[in-house]
Amino acid sequence: MYKKSPIPGIQTAPSTDLPVLKPFNAVAAGSAEDLLFSRWLASTPVWMWLLLGVLILIWPGVTAAAGGYTMTQAFEALWRWLPFIMTGGFFYNVIISFFAMLLGTIFGVVLGLMQISPAKLIRIPAQIVTQIFRNSPWLVLLFIVLLALPYEIEFGDTIIRIPDWVKAVFGLCLPIMANISEVVRGAINSVPSGQWEAANSLAYTRQQTLWQIILPQCFKRMIPPWMNWYAILTMATPLCTLLGVEELITLSRQAIEAENNRPELLVPFYGFALLVFFAYCYPIARATIALERRFAVKL
Amino acid sequence: MPTDNWTDSQPIVSIKDVHKSFGDLEVLKGISFDVMKGEVVCIIGPSGSGKSTLIRCINALNDIQKGSIKVEGIEVHDKHLNKLELRKKVGMVFQQYNLFPHKTALENVMMAPIKVLKESPAEVEAKARDLIEKVRLQGKENSYPGELSGGQQQRVAIARSLAMNPDIMLFDEVTAALDPETVKEVLVTIKDLAEDGMTCMLVTHEMGFAKEIADHIYFTDRGVIVEHGPPATFFEQAKDERTKEFLSQIL
Repeated sequence: MYKKSPIPGIQTAPSTDLPVLKPFNAVAAGSAEDLLFSRWLASTPVWMWLLLGVLILIWPGVTAAAGGYTMTQAFEALWRWLPFIMTGGFFYNVIISFFAMLLGTIFGVVLGLMQISPAKLIRIPAQIVTQIFRNSPWLVLLFIVLLALPYEIEFGDTIIRIPDWVKAVFGLCLPIMANISEVVRGAINSVPSGQWEAANSLAYTRQQTLWQIILPQCFKRMIPPWMNWYAILTMATPLCTLLGVEELITLSRQAIEAENNRPELLVPFYGFALLVFFAYCYPIARATIALERRFAVKL
Repeated sequence: MPTDNWTDSQPIVSIKDVHKSFGDLEVLKGISFDVMKGEVVCIIGPSGSGKSTLIRCINALNDIQKGSIKVEGIEVHDKHLNKLELRKKVGMVFQQYNLFPHKTALENVMMAPIKVLKESPAEVEAKARDLIEKVRLQGKENSYPGELSGGQQQRVAIARSLAMNPDIMLFDEVTAALDPETVKEVLVTIKDLAEDGMTCMLVTHEMGFAKEIADHIYFTDRGVIVEHGPPATFFEQAKDERTKEFLSQIL
């Protein structure tokens, strides 16, 4: 669509001698020549499309046979790389999710309690922070934190390196913090107001009511959503691969590259990654549902 | 805190020209009456007449816009009111019991004296067991509220309030959420309490009970006291049309 050169100061039309993918031009179907393909397409019989479909379907098998690289070999490659992508990769997914959850929970609980403060000066900033981080794309937060945090800090002579995964922890703990903050606020608000009134009528202060009456009742209600957020966070850790943090997906890609980028490796490697995440998150999801059911009965 | 050197001979609760609004809706439109120590007062009236609001204003769960409520000489309508001091004198029981569901019956009774009054746990436990016995729930000390019937929960709630040694007890439609069979056990508990000389203010729909227990009955409608008197004259010789109509519907 652009009329001008995309590079300021260069007036000639963009051109290159390298093979490039031309953009699809949907409007300029003016001349009859441009319609040739459409006419040819319209004149083809139906059986030809069926034939083409069959050819496409058998293509992977044909290439595998022609390439001499079988699925067995692909899985052997996976088996060879397994220790590498698990210990150097998935291990970091778990570590990142664990620490991001830990920090996110600590900050989130504080922020959640601030959100129900009777003092406007505490409540409103807490609400703003919560809403900002709750409604931002996780990837953008990750980008900002990874690029904004220094990769090493110097204290005089000592230099402390900050590994990428630590930055990923900070990046991912922000949206977790905001969501846990909402979980805490929601749990506190879900306690019937009669509990506050009963405690008030027994001369409890607000602090005592909150810590001795309300929060012990909230605790159970917060566990299922908290676990749910942990599962979501774990499944979001592969986002870090876009920033070069070493984790399961990054290392899977590196392994595939080391195996000459064979397309047959895509399904085994990424399918395995899927399976690992599923095996890790599914029990959490089941436990969440079980706990939700158990806590739902008693009020 | 000004207590005006309150003595037993003065009203323990003194309500003067109380006005209370929720937004534009005026619920109480100038209510005045006194309650003497040891008196049992029943407030009756149709739904929405402001009975519950009035009783909740006495321990400052609701604030009032105009007028004065004095409890043992403490002015409740006061920005600098020490609510905690007031609430140590006034116990309250709610329609929905509002027991703490994560604590056993005994713990429900013991919590406030230990945490709020800082009494020694051993003494509080002895007192709490006496109270549980007093409300006829011996054997249920270790049951959680969820395991108790409505009537039993309500009696634990009464014991919980009494554990704070209040001078006045407020009962806000305490039998309204109960089955007809369990209403009686709660009413018997309140009657015991009244006979022990506790000052009680009840909002109730149990006319028979009000007639039996009350020293004085107030009938409220649309935010004002329409008629009042001791039970004998109140029920037999009601003068006001609205009172008559209400009584004819309910009796």
